[in-house]
Amino acid sequence: MAESVVFEFTEAEKAEIQKHVAKYPDRKSAVMPALWIAQEKFGWLSPEAMELVASTLDMPYAQVYGVASFYTMYFKKKVPKYLFDICTCFTCGECGGDQIFKHAQNSLQVDENGHSADGKFWIRQAECLAACDTGPVMQIANRRIVHNLTPAKFDQTVDMLRRDQMPAFEPVAPKYDQASPAAKAAPEPEKVQETPPPAPEVISDSSEEE
Amino acid sequence: MENWRNYTKVLIPDIPNLNQIDVYQKNGGYEQLKEVLTSGKWNPKSVTDEVKAANIRGRGGAGFNAGLKWSFMPPKVEGLPRYLACNGDESEPGTFKDRRIFMFNPHLFIEGATIACYAMQMDAAYVYMRGEFADWIDKFQEAVDQAYAKGMLGKNIMGSGFDLDIFVHKGGGAYICGEETSLMESLEGKRPYPRSKPPFPAQFGLWGKPTTINNIETLANVPLVIKNGAKWWSSIGAPAHPGPVLYGLSGHINRPGVYEYPTGMKITDMIYEVGGGMRNNKKLKAVSPGGSSCPLLTAEMVHGGLTMDADSLRTVGSVMGTSGLCVLDEDTDMVKFSYRIAKFYDHESCGQCTPCREGTGWFVKILRKFVENRGETKDLDLLLELCDTMEGRTVCALADATAWPIRSALIHFRSEFEARIVSKASFATA
Repeated sequence: MAESVVFEFTEAEKAEIQKHVAKYPDRKSAVMPALWIAQEKFGWLSPEAMELVASTLDMPYAQVYGVASFYTMYFKKKVPKYLFDICTCFTCGECGGDQIFKHAQNSLQVDENGHSADGKFWIRQAECLAACDTGPVMQIANRRIVHNLTPAKFDQTVDMLRRDQMPAFEPVAPKYDQASPAAKAAPEPEKVQETPPPAPEVISDSSEEE
Repeated sequence: MENWRNYTKVLIPDIPNLNQIDVYQKNGGYEQLKEVLTSGKWNPKSVTDEVKAANIRGRGGAGFNAGLKWSFMPPKVEGLPRYLACNGDESEPGTFKDRRIFMFNPHLFIEGATIACYAMQMDAAYVYMRGEFADWIDKFQEAVDQAYAKGMLGKNIMGSGFDLDIFVHKGGGAYICGEETSLMESLEGKRPYPRSKPPFPAQFGLWGKPTTINNIETLANVPLVIKNGAKWWSSIGAPAHPGPVLYGLSGHINRPGVYEYPTGMKITDMIYEVGGGMRNNKKLKAVSPGGSSCPLLTAEMVHGGLTMDADSLRTVGSVMGTSGLCVLDEDTDMVKFSYRIAKFYDHESCGQCTPCREGTGWFVKILRKFVENRGETKDLDLLLELCDTMEGRTVCALADATAWPIRSALIHFRSEFEARIVSKASFATA
């Protein structure tokens, strides 16, 4: 790296960390939020970044390292910008996740680390992302979940991210999902405000939803 | 449970924009909190007793009476803080219900958590959400901010003199943090190794202070109990395991999703009516009734009339878990399925206890042999022996959660494993 990175938090970041510190009776408890802020800033958690978190929270480096190294969402190596956590856990895997993962490997020409040839993407097999009903799913860069994934939808997502466009948040909900008011409100989004408040008790009958 | 088709949803009713506090309040929201705090009809003990009488069996998997758990809290000592931890880690494969509450009815949960904190005289509540919920964490935080803005949280709530803060804590992607003592370690900023019990959280919990941990859905039921009474609540569903439940349906069915119905639903109704039947009209092979850790159910058991409650599932040696049903069709390769479950637990084992740290890895190694048609007859016994060495021999239940589904797969689908044994001769004489 030609450009040297300065390992310091800005005043705003320090204030943000203090806000988290105030939530807990022990300042060390803010280590996870502080690590999130550090990872957001530096892209990954280098020893220097973890050292910064340790000194900011006045706690041992070893404890910061112990926490950071435990969780899959904290990156301990320098990684490409966009991570695809493709769920291949049992439901998603059974419902097409395994094929999506193979498709991703081939279409992005990833190396043995799962990094794409152009250095912009990184794929790995994810464990359950708690969206089994809309499987297969993947998560982009620790943030957005893409539901009901197909190879075509994957390619489309890659195209968007090549232009640094993050796909929109999907409020979830397959078409018939009984528990999703959004799915039902969707056809007439404009009228939602005008309709009189519905009776709190609505008889639900899944057989009518077809 | 014949009248489930007329069931009225109460946890996530069909009301648009219910996640907005105005809409929630217009529909009777926060009235229960108001009654508890300001009507003078309630005190902490009577709230606890009411919840105990309702018999809300924890929706996070263990199925323990929530009110009874609350009653384990020691008497309040002035100056000694105590905490509520709300478990929204939701990482069990096949489980995706709490996210719906965060998304569609967060205030019901906030109201329930606040009532719980009043009942147990807590100083603060921490909501632990898995890191992968990044988008939903932001949305839930908005709901919390709205509640503060309306005076439903913070100092002197509704003029009652009761103070409460709710803090959202973002996880980092570790299944183990859904285990209650691991969750506490994680919140405290330590490497989240589960703690040995006793001491139990009620005695020595978060930061060594009295603590209770409840699942999100469990707490969301509390306002309903206060509103309509324990008698009403416990009259819903199966008598010994009552109440409304968010069922998660996934796998090879036509309409996967989250469905709210009473406990005690026939699994056949869940699959063929609620779930719209098997995908491509395939035959049913197996069901994982409540997340990956539950022993599997065979099609015969399911068609025998099993219902979704602890008593019915106990008759076949399984449990309700988180009520996330993963439905598998006749084409499912149970060997590969078991292997994938083992891989999950191998990845998620925290590494603290030897039987789990080593055992989950051995499951993966041995099951991979079967996946690659390299199994040996002796491996079948080895796998069962491995189950024996893991179950009940570790600090937390992750080892059990690995062994149960794999043992059940070996028992119910043994022929599929035998078919992957390298020498047919050894299998024929086995």
